[in-house]
Amino acid sequence: MSGTTLFGLCGAALVGLGLYGLICHPGVLRKILAFNLIGSGVFLLFGVIAKRGGGALAAAGAGVDGDPVPQALVITGLVVAFAATAIAVALLLRLVELGGRDTLEDEAPRRAPPPPGRRS
Amino acid sequence: MSMAPAVDAGLALLILGLGLWIIAARSNFAAVVGFMTYGLMLALVWVRLTAVDVAMTEAALGAGLTGVLLLGAAARLPAEAPGGGPGAGLRVLVAVLCVGVAAALAGVVLSLPEPAPSLAPLVAENLPPTGVKNPVTGVLLAHRAIDTLLETVVLIPALIGVWALAADRAWGARPGALTPRPSSSSLTLLAQVLPPFGILVGVHLVWAGADEPGGKFQGAAVLAAMWVLVVMAGLADLPKVTNRLMRYTLVLGPLVFVAIGLAGIWTAGAFLALPAGYAKPLIVLIEVVLTLSVALMLGLLLAGPPKERA
Amino acid sequence: MSLALDLFTIMSVALGALFFLAGTVGLLRFPDTLTRLHALTKADNLGLGLIVLGLLPQVGSVVAGLGLIAVWLLALLAGATVGQLLAGAVPPSESRQSHREGSRP
Repeated sequence: MSGTTLFGLCGAALVGLGLYGLICHPGVLRKILAFNLIGSGVFLLFGVIAKRGGGALAAAGAGVDGDPVPQALVITGLVVAFAATAIAVALLLRLVELGGRDTLEDEAPRRAPPPPGRRS
Repeated sequence: MSMAPAVDAGLALLILGLGLWIIAARSNFAAVVGFMTYGLMLALVWVRLTAVDVAMTEAALGAGLTGVLLLGAAARLPAEAPGGGPGAGLRVLVAVLCVGVAAALAGVVLSLPEPAPSLAPLVAENLPPTGVKNPVTGVLLAHRAIDTLLETVVLIPALIGVWALAADRAWGARPGALTPRPSSSSLTLLAQVLPPFGILVGVHLVWAGADEPGGKFQGAAVLAAMWVLVVMAGLADLPKVTNRLMRYTLVLGPLVFVAIGLAGIWTAGAFLALPAGYAKPLIVLIEVVLTLSVALMLGLLLAGPPKERA
Repeated sequence: MSLALDLFTIMSVALGALFFLAGTVGLLRFPDTLTRLHALTKADNLGLGLIVLGLLPQVGSVVAGLGLIAVWLLALLAGATVGQLLAGAVPPSESRQSHREGSRP
């Protein structure tokens, strides 16, 4: 198996891993991390397609070592992923500031500072 | 090159192991540190996939800036991840589902068509008129300019979204997520010595990006990192969110891009088309102003919503 | 001549890799944060320095060589600063505890 295919399988596994974390982790920060894991898995799939396209060309002697179109898409994707993560983190920190909790669970035990006049 | 398969297999194992660690680690901090390491290892994978431009972006943005952002968040949260979540039965169900998704994707990877379809010959054929030699820069600014335009524009609503999370009374203050560290002489020294080199590297990445790997996003990320370093060392203050000069600089890049794009309707016959013979100077001009705006946007996204200082 | 240079590269890079290995073992085996940091910064600075030194004869141009040296110097600067910051963040209780363990007969 070529290294390129290996990294493609790696990307597929990362998507699955990230999806599991996104669904099963109660903590919002961990959900953000898992979401980024899915993203990087998808980018890796793009990279494999770019490399394969280049490989076919290199065999034909074109002197290009990768399809630049998927590569450019991944670069824009990375920047947008950063912006999305920044918004998600800002939302999370605001949630903690207002409610003192870092999870989306309805019945999760509340963390410090406890809400006044009610037992957590 | 006989080492190459072993290196690839080792990298793949390392990436998967770190991915597992990010999901399974108990403490938030450990997971975030794992994520930064993961980003750096992923940059090596991109080098192995001969995508050096992507490798630089991944190292600077994916590992570096995202890591700072997440570390800052982890420091403001309880150390242990909260308990709860779905029960054991549901977890097994989800795991089966996720393995299914991964297996389907793996099946797609294994059954990709041979020979691989590719736009590379088309790009190679149409690159000379643009005057740039780096095909990725050519695609970003000439062939798929609309993507790049929308993508830089989308950073502005993201920044507005972050700012919108400020408390009412904090509006107009300085962004508050990057608190200066308690004064430390070694950090101050780093923040005094490193930025000249960092700025040089950032400018070089943008300038060289026309012909060699590099470009405005990589350069902007390095510039933003230098800015954040100086702010964290307490050597400079962030501008208030109402600062006019800062706001004009934020929109300067996209505005110049749109203006040149609109001018293209008359000079080259289509929106975002570049007139023949002027393509390279215009691409460099767009890269330079976009670098300024994007660096400012990235830094401000890291700096978070405005907050009243105690 | 080129054989001697190749030999120098192999020896130097191998020695550098050995220092990386030693630093990693220290990171995994040493009892507390300060000693781990000690192992890590020492080994990384020296390991990376030896690897850069070993690669210098192999680069084609002076500019590439200067680039390699710049990488080493920047890594030294960043490593030293991060080491200081991490050591400063160690809670005093932990460093005192390690002191006691160290002085135990």
